[in-house]
Amino acid sequence: MEYSILAAGILMGLSAIGAGIGVGILGSKFIEGIARQPELAPFLQGRFFLMMGLTDAVPMIGIGLGMYMLFAL
Amino acid sequence: MASELTTQSYITHHLTNLTCGKTPSGWTCDPYKVDQMGFWAFHVDSLFWSIALGSLFVFVFRRAISKNKDASIAPSGLQNFVEMSIDFVEDNVQSLFGSVKNTLIAPLALTVFVWILLMNLMDLVPVDFLPVLAGHIAYLIAGDAVEWIKGPESLYFKVVPTTDPNITLGMAFGIFILTIYYSITVKGFKAFIAELTLHPFGKYLIPVNFVLEMVNFIAKPVSLGLRLFGNLYAGEMIFILIALMLFFSSIPVGLMGFGLHLVWALFHILIVALQAFIFMALTIAYLAMAHETEEH
Repeated sequence: MEYSILAAGILMGLSAIGAGIGVGILGSKFIEGIARQPELAPFLQGRFFLMMGLTDAVPMIGIGLGMYMLFAL
Repeated sequence: MASELTTQSYITHHLTNLTCGKTPSGWTCDPYKVDQMGFWAFHVDSLFWSIALGSLFVFVFRRAISKNKDASIAPSGLQNFVEMSIDFVEDNVQSLFGSVKNTLIAPLALTVFVWILLMNLMDLVPVDFLPVLAGHIAYLIAGDAVEWIKGPESLYFKVVPTTDPNITLGMAFGIFILTIYYSITVKGFKAFIAELTLHPFGKYLIPVNFVLEMVNFIAKPVSLGLRLFGNLYAGEMIFILIALMLFFSSIPVGLMGFGLHLVWALFHILIVALQAFIFMALTIAYLAMAHETEEH
């Protein structure tokens, strides 16, 4: 039981680091793209949110599994 | 709430489905007999809410479309909303799918989007409201007749259907079957098999190709379903944890819980809509991939 808490913490923390780096790169490229071609902003915004959701999903699955390990097992 | 309520039991209570199934001694919904049910176990709450919300979607859209067919009259509020969502889905299908003629894709995408959005929105209903309501109704109706309903709190009831992996993975595998169907009918069986076996390394390494492509192939529906499940499960979990602050802590912490509820609900609206959109976009993308006929 104690080890499952530790495991859940590592699971959530590491996946959050990965997604943080990913969303950071994505956001910087998004701003860069808008700065270069402001007329593409609405188009890029839709794609940005789509990709952010895809990137965001991995730590969210991690959090889901971590919470499951903590409370439901 | 029951007097011996702990954090653990509160969370378990909220994350357990109302399961009805066939045990050796007959059909029952007793939560303590779930492990005897085997194959014939139904998550009644998930089924109820998903079917009810699906019917709501069909009813509202049907009504809005059949009400006003005259194009010269300016559309009313509901019709505006329905036309907006249809336009939104159509734009996405056009941009992702291109010129392939398939009349199933856009209605499928609309259904997937609105249905998942409605199911996700159940997350914003306060966590205790519907379960307690359902518990009291069940206790009033069947409290004396059914031996496992001991009080209004003894009924497990999970409101958000998309926090049940059976629902999300079921939808994802439905999409997966459609993908296989269109791959075979559009490209032909031979080309479908060739795509699975000849792709990365050519024809001399067919087993290696097959294993690699198969992983890719299976990962699509699994990640599609788990992504939706994971997001909504985590969101629901955080709502439950915030709700716990109100019950088990001092007054300042409880007041902070109110604020946190608001903040998380506002943030969660983004996730709710985004996940429905992503599921729809990936559905269209996977089906578009099934229609691609050119060689790599």
